[in-house]
Amino acid sequence: MPELSVKNLLVFRGERHLFRGLALAVPAQRCLQITGVNGAGKTTLLRVLAGLLEPEHLELRWRERAISPRDAGYHGELAYLGHDAALKADLTGLENIRFAVGLRSTLGPAALAAAIARVGAQKFADRLVRTLSAGQKRRIALASLLLSGSSLWLLDEPATNLDAAGQALIGELIGEQLARGGTVIAATHQDLGLAATARIALELGSGT
Amino acid sequence: MNSAANPPHLVRTGALAAALKVLQRDLRLAVRRPSQLLQPLAFFAVVSLLFPLGYTPELDKLRAIAPGVLWVGALLASMLALDSLFREDAADGTLEQFLICGQPLVGLVAAKTLAHWLLTGLPLTLMAPLLGIALGVPVAAMPGILSSLALGSVTLSLIGAVGAGLTLGVRRGGVLLSLLTLPLAVPVLVFGARATELAIAGESLTGPLYLLAALAVLGATLAPLAAAAAVRIGVE
Repeated sequence: MPELSVKNLLVFRGERHLFRGLALAVPAQRCLQITGVNGAGKTTLLRVLAGLLEPEHLELRWRERAISPRDAGYHGELAYLGHDAALKADLTGLENIRFAVGLRSTLGPAALAAAIARVGAQKFADRLVRTLSAGQKRRIALASLLLSGSSLWLLDEPATNLDAAGQALIGELIGEQLARGGTVIAATHQDLGLAATARIALELGSGT
Repeated sequence: MNSAANPPHLVRTGALAAALKVLQRDLRLAVRRPSQLLQPLAFFAVVSLLFPLGYTPELDKLRAIAPGVLWVGALLASMLALDSLFREDAADGTLEQFLICGQPLVGLVAAKTLAHWLLTGLPLTLMAPLLGIALGVPVAAMPGILSSLALGSVTLSLIGAVGAGLTLGVRRGGVLLSLLTLPLAVPVLVFGARATELAIAGESLTGPLYLLAALAVLGATLAPLAAAAAVRIGVE
């Protein structure tokens, strides 16, 4: 029984079909890893699934229920981490996290501290984001993702700008999300270090 | 499966609470960057104070043009800060998160518009009496100027939010934004300047004031919906 399934996805980009009849199904506790050459449509697919981009046609089912990708209940259970991490340069990391998470749910100090520690941001979370490096910003964004409590993660190149430890962290965080019963769709070429049974591969630009 | 959907610490934020968070964040950001706050005020002051220098220092003549000067100055000054209303949030991905956070976008957009008014419309209104004195406006007219500008600037922020949403997808949309919003702001300008004129003459300004209030109510009901729809398209 798939947690999320897509049928007959049709997306135009300019004059050509980027997706024509794409179908995919992701069961709970699985990670769909999307790969493909640049321009194959990895970001577009994630944005369509997040309801940020209107496709020409899409049959989306979430937990066996046909929904619109702009369904508020679906959005409440979804977290999207894109190229832009939605961080304000003039707020501290902590303020950014409190705002991003607070839009969705109430956030306790203990949960916040635990997430900061999990992503290794204790040393710089209280600094203004404009003074942070790109990798440090990524870690702040990952803390927001953890705290969102969402069951479906849509990650677009989550490991960008991260050091070796950070890249390993991405794999661990995804593993923990799956263990909690969540679902992950990630566009990344990096080896996530997941068990073969937990990972579903999708290569775009090859007959889709 | 349900443990992931509803961890124990997860209590959903209400729509109003989410809107308040947006308002609070925008105000905090403005405090950290006071130059953006001061620019429209400085513009308004300089434009208004150029008239005694460029036209005539005679207070009687200045008093006759004071309504027009104050209102055109306030209108243009409030336009200055409009372009950045949604642009920054669009550039750093915040608007995308607004769209998918499960909260009604209308509330978040309305909160941003309210923040814009609190940071430009309200300070401009409060500054107008000071500039009025330089233009020979009698002190008795100040309550009328304050109330008409307060009502008018609310409508200007609301109209501006629709324009800012519509020009989100346009690179350097500043000029287009002015072309879109200025014609819509004409009724506010007409009734606002008329109210100010009556206030200076010492007559009753209830008529134009009611019309300004009606425009503000119309704007407050329709503009957030239109702005939210525009933002949704702009983010795509």
